[in-house]
Amino acid sequence: MNAAYLIVALPITGALILLFGGRRIGDPLSGWLATIAAGGSFVGSVIVWASLLGRSGADRTVDKQIFTWIPVGSLHVDFALQLDPLSIAMVLFVTGVGSLIHLYSIGYMKGDRSYPRFFFLLNLFLFSMIVLVLADSYLFSFVGWEGVGFCSYGLVGFWFDRETAAVAAKKAFVTNRVGDFGFMVALFLMFGHFGSFSYSAVLGPLASGHSTLAGATATGIGLMLFLGAVGKSAQIPLYMWLPDAMEGPTPVSALIHAATMVTAGVYLVARSAPILHYSHAVLWVIAIVGATTALLAATIACAQNDIKRVLAYSTISQLGYMFLGEGSGDYTAGLFHMITHAFFKALLFLAAGSVIHALNDEQDMKKMGGLRKYLPITFPTFIIGYLALSGIPPFDGFWSKDAILDSAWHMSPALWAVGAVTAGLTAYYMSRQVALVWLGQARWTSDGHEGGGGHGGHGGGEPHESPWVMTAPLVILAFCATFGWLLNAPFGGLDFVNKWLAPVFPSTIDPAVHVGTGTKWVLGIAVTAICFLGLGLGLTAWRKVDRPALEPAVLVHGWYIDEAVSAAVSGPLTRMASAFSFMIDARVVDGAVNGLARFTSGTGRQLRRMQTGYVRNYALGIGIGTAVILAFVATRVGS
Amino acid sequence: MIGLLADVVGRVSDQATTSTTTIPVPCSISSGGAKITSVCSDTNSLHISVAYRSILPVLVLVIGALALLAISAVLPKRSRPGLYALLTVAIGGLALIASVWQWSDIGNINAHVPAGAQAALNYRLAHQLTIGQQVFYDRFSVLFMALVSVATILGAMTTDSYLRREGLDGVEAYVLMLMAGTGAMLMAASAGLIMLFLGLEIMSISLYVMAAYHRRRTQSGEAGLKYFVLGAFSSAIFLYGVALVYGATGSTQFLEMANFLGANSLSHNGILLAGMALLIVGLGFKVAAVPFHFWTPDVYQGSPTPFAGYMAAVAKAAGFAGLLRVLDMGLSTQQANWRPAIWLMAVLTLLVGSVMAIAQRDLKRMLAYSSISQAGYVLVGLQAASSTGTAGALFYLFTYTFIIMGTFAIISIIQGRGEARNDLGAVRGLAKRRPLLAAVLLVFLLAQAGVPFTTGFLAKFYVIQAAVQSGQYVLAIIAMLSAAIAAFFYLRVALLMYGTEGEAVAGAPGVSGGAGVSGGAGAGDGSILAGLQPIPSLDGATATATLLDPPAVDEKVRLPVAVALGICAAFTIAAGLSSPMIDFARHATTLFNLK
Repeated sequence: MNAAYLIVALPITGALILLFGGRRIGDPLSGWLATIAAGGSFVGSVIVWASLLGRSGADRTVDKQIFTWIPVGSLHVDFALQLDPLSIAMVLFVTGVGSLIHLYSIGYMKGDRSYPRFFFLLNLFLFSMIVLVLADSYLFSFVGWEGVGFCSYGLVGFWFDRETAAVAAKKAFVTNRVGDFGFMVALFLMFGHFGSFSYSAVLGPLASGHSTLAGATATGIGLMLFLGAVGKSAQIPLYMWLPDAMEGPTPVSALIHAATMVTAGVYLVARSAPILHYSHAVLWVIAIVGATTALLAATIACAQNDIKRVLAYSTISQLGYMFLGEGSGDYTAGLFHMITHAFFKALLFLAAGSVIHALNDEQDMKKMGGLRKYLPITFPTFIIGYLALSGIPPFDGFWSKDAILDSAWHMSPALWAVGAVTAGLTAYYMSRQVALVWLGQARWTSDGHEGGGGHGGHGGGEPHESPWVMTAPLVILAFCATFGWLLNAPFGGLDFVNKWLAPVFPSTIDPAVHVGTGTKWVLGIAVTAICFLGLGLGLTAWRKVDRPALEPAVLVHGWYIDEAVSAAVSGPLTRMASAFSFMIDARVVDGAVNGLARFTSGTGRQLRRMQTGYVRNYALGIGIGTAVILAFVATRVGS
Repeated sequence: MIGLLADVVGRVSDQATTSTTTIPVPCSISSGGAKITSVCSDTNSLHISVAYRSILPVLVLVIGALALLAISAVLPKRSRPGLYALLTVAIGGLALIASVWQWSDIGNINAHVPAGAQAALNYRLAHQLTIGQQVFYDRFSVLFMALVSVATILGAMTTDSYLRREGLDGVEAYVLMLMAGTGAMLMAASAGLIMLFLGLEIMSISLYVMAAYHRRRTQSGEAGLKYFVLGAFSSAIFLYGVALVYGATGSTQFLEMANFLGANSLSHNGILLAGMALLIVGLGFKVAAVPFHFWTPDVYQGSPTPFAGYMAAVAKAAGFAGLLRVLDMGLSTQQANWRPAIWLMAVLTLLVGSVMAIAQRDLKRMLAYSSISQAGYVLVGLQAASSTGTAGALFYLFTYTFIIMGTFAIISIIQGRGEARNDLGAVRGLAKRRPLLAAVLLVFLLAQAGVPFTTGFLAKFYVIQAAVQSGQYVLAIIAMLSAAIAAFFYLRVALLMYGTEGEAVAGAPGVSGGAGVSGGAGAGDGSILAGLQPIPSLDGATATATLLDPPAVDEKVRLPVAVALGICAAFTIAAGLSSPMIDFARHATTLFNLK
């Protein structure tokens, strides 16, 4: 169990070493250091997991105290870790996928000017994420929550000398702040109602049915928590930052915007299941927001040309699925999809990164094509990720998506229908991507792209396969994407994830979803048919590259939502902000501050005259002070 | 020696007793109607039993000082540089061990308190009021003994290289330091005004000499003389206060004073209040509370730098120990009268300290005002007159020891031979020249500014919390505002350390305006204030632009100094994260609840 400390300590140690000694450690070594820290953290997670396995289901919750953080009055917040099936499941996949992405980055970021800074941020990010999932209280989780937000800002804007990267980082940060606001309000409500932040104190009695929660309170807390999740997990209406965040280096996109940070919202909702149980309204909101986001993002993904933006919208869409599952009351399905999605989406991002790397930072799919011959390892792994994402059996995307859609059907057939259409669209846009990138004719020029890029390095020449540190994670992830479904297969007693998470979601708060076996078969076959349809359509339609009819401007521009929001919110806000900065800030605030400063220094100058350096004057000062005190006590005499 | 002192004191009180045979004064302690009899048999005889355990660290320091003198007499002059420092560190270490032992010993005593109010009181008085009832053996005393021991260790480590650089190496510095520590410990442990005064004088006289220790610097001699004259002045006021309080209550013992005042209501309390006011003045001088602070900048500036750190840590702590003993124990019934006075002093101290520090160009003067401002926070804790406030004050004093001694140690490094450069410009570009040293100084500056994750933050937090709990919202707000003002000059030093040359040049246009001001205001300055020029404006860049270039001095950090700095910085950060120190401080307030 003490390995739990290792999980937390290693990444932060790595980050600190890199922060202070990164420049001296130098180029490849700092990457390896970070990777070893991440890997060690994963090993620690495995050890903790194994020792939890050795316990019976009921007492698989262990608290590990680090130190008391806030002892103020009745508020007592510890820096403590809660090891339970949910947090261990999270930390296993966070550190596992995280380690692979660290490894991949060693190759991808080679030659970058700020190599150590990148790994410092990666390690710090991993630490924050681990804190987020292992914390034993909402407040401590919030520390990690803000930590990942900050690291995301640093990593998206990693190449901050590019205007677009700096803007995207700012956008990601600001949008996340809106969600954080919701989280904070939830914290306040929670403290007002429960007087505590710790999971055991807030959730324990609810989960075991020893106490109840008024519906309105549950709705308030639940909605605010979900607002936090919406910000972090890029759901409607706070999803715009994620596609822009693709300005960051590709491993960042894979780590933060596919595998870990965006799943924080999914984790938060799952963790709060006992609260949500008391409010059906919130569950409906979650399900509807999830389904709508899934559909909307999938439509937008159909018309994007940037290889990473397609994947970004796909991520938003898949996160929508996860919330659809959770909103339908099937947290396990949502979490299982989160795990499988981490595998195949990280795989797709890393493979895309490998493509971008090979083409010297070309990201436009219209300028790719015919790459299958040149990238013999990346290609098959990408195809595995593609099939998994498209929901083709037996790859793991099929199984987790299927579980979610079954639950959605139980909630409402309309939600199922939205999910099914989304599945077809997913298969379609991924096929489009495969057709544009890997199949057809080469549309790139072999000598074209010098001078592009933050990681520099290669001149012209033909595209070439990436070094082993980049391909090895691809192979491992491809393996996981192929066989990951065995973690939770719905037959033969192979539903390990269900069994593992059962203590976290007891039947008191999470009644089992009953969908008949026959219905399941019908639904599964129907969805699979839709997926194959999308697959075929995509592959045939995109043999040609120019198909303006299939790329309507409204989709290219993402339904103009971003523009509309910019016009409606950002514009006036910016104007208001500049008005404030010129009028209020410069005159009133700065005026007050500067005035105070002038007053202070002026007072100091005047007071300085008393400091003459003459002992007689000092003695006089003491005498006057004594007289003042004596005069004061004289007024108290007799009282 | 201490036994002898206590013996003398005991005899004096015996004579008082024998003259009025009908009323045995020292035996009149009562609490809630419970009379004490068991301790009286001791004091009525001429023999005073000396419980050595209660003054163990004091004995270590005194014997150590004597041993140092003896050794120096035997050894040839300048036989082995650093030997005395090493021995002083060892003595301080022994004293620290002794105080740690005392802490657990008191734990044993507390564990065996018998049931029943009267029995418990008798037991406590028998075990914790020792040596002719002159010394308290409680955790409050022990905490200060540990504090002084730590300060002595750190002081010896940082003094050595300074003295060698200045060619002042000798045994006297360490003996003086040990004796000052002795006095400070006795002040903290005093159970009556007489012992408090003895401790005060033992400490002060050593400190006067320490201030004047640098023979070749006229400023140092001037500092010593000023400190001595003003100190004598304040001691006289203090003694007058002792006399008045004795006249009003018939005792100089804190417990007896409290009992007397609790049991009787005075029809004329003028004498008592006047005495109280004068005691506050006398001790307020030692802690450099406004308006009794005038000596501080001159003395800190003139004193040898490591000694200034020692003074700031030890003299302040001892002064506050005395204030807490007098006000919170002896005059605890007079809270309504002394709390407003302390309130006013706290406000003045906080604001004057912070505001004046901004106007300083000399590092040591700036730190002097900074330490005045810090004393204001301790006064805030004292003013709360609650165990939370006292615990906060104790925590503040203990953690401040590390911060201020570390800061002065760094200044003694960067000022160069002969204390050539004490102005703010000396730290400019320090981060480039000595990144580690700059980082450590940054830790201390941030801690003094009260940045979270340092002890400075927790200390401010605890005292302000205590003020809020006792309903003193105005005081709490003033304390926070003062912290905001103070952050400016701490961060200015940080800016100078980490700023680049380019930034400094960029601010150059502001210079012309400032020069006129400094020329005009400079005339009012006294003889020794050459380093003191006003900063023309609060704009950081402008402020840096008018400074001289950094010195090209040899900033070698010797190992003992490095170790001392490491200890200080490590404690400041480690204890700032989440501090068991506050629990120690809370334990140290236990005797105050003896009701």
